[in-house]
Amino acid sequence: MKLILALLLALLAAPVAAQTALPPAPWADRQIPDAAQERRARALMETIRCLTCQSQSIADSNASMAGDMRSQIRERIMAGEQPESIRAWLIARYGDWVSYEPTAAPILWPLWAAPLLLLGLGLLLLRGRIKRRRGA
Amino acid sequence: MRTIWIWLPLGLFLAFVGLFASGLFKPDDRVIHSRLVGQPLPAFTLPAAASDRPALASSDLATGKPRLLNIFASWCVPCAAEAPQLMALKQAGVAIDAIAIRDARPDVDGFLRRYGNPYARIGLDARSGVQIALGSSGVPETFVIDGRGRIAYQHIGDIRADDVPMLLARLRDAQ
Repeated sequence: MKLILALLLALLAAPVAAQTALPPAPWADRQIPDAAQERRARALMETIRCLTCQSQSIADSNASMAGDMRSQIRERIMAGEQPESIRAWLIARYGDWVSYEPTAAPILWPLWAAPLLLLGLGLLLLRGRIKRRRGA
Repeated sequence: MRTIWIWLPLGLFLAFVGLFASGLFKPDDRVIHSRLVGQPLPAFTLPAAASDRPALASSDLATGKPRLLNIFASWCVPCAAEAPQLMALKQAGVAIDAIAIRDARPDVDGFLRRYGNPYARIGLDARSGVQIALGSSGVPETFVIDGRGRIAYQHIGDIRADDVPMLLARLRDAQ
């Protein structure tokens, strides 16, 4: 009996000794109760880049800063903020770099135009081929 | 005309090889600078992070004279490495405030006992909220704040001995 009591007390003592090790932010790994809000927060988190592990999104990263960013995003979505306004707020601080979502900035115009140009080139080549075959 | 078309694929191929080679040999730059440099500090109020230093709010930083705002943490090793340089800056008459990131008061007290305390005020940012609002992406970082409370310069990484004269010059420029 005494042993069991001692073991139970030991269980209680552990968290007290660890009080300076900071737990993760409250909403870092906890879903928003409202499923629609959680979906919106999740979609945003998957397109925000982690500042510590730079090729991961904050949704995928275990870095503590990514956890803090997830928690902040969930809290702001719960407060009624729109995901795109949170994205704009982050871009104003870290630049376009922080968002995985491509924008319509002039530097990206070649990226948007490339599929159209390549398709046009393909059609042109195809037309040439068809014409030549008809001619033969 | 036809010969140009025949050489086009090889030309494109070589252009891509050149592009990839330049990407391979260019030194990697993963430093993320804050876009808020040149802009006013975002408004914030933080609780005190140490037992013997007052708390920090953004209004404490617009004092009419340039100051340093150091972003540090007791768990951060380069922060311990830059402590002597911060002390040297303080001895040169620079006012330094700090924000402790994801920290707890007993840990900050222990860190300051061990490495010295060059700070006038220290705010505790337990969930990195103010760090994100500042556009800071890690610890340690040091911001030069001018007398009107605007961010004049951001130093990323620990302050080395040869960064001290540069920071003093930045502080003079921010007068």
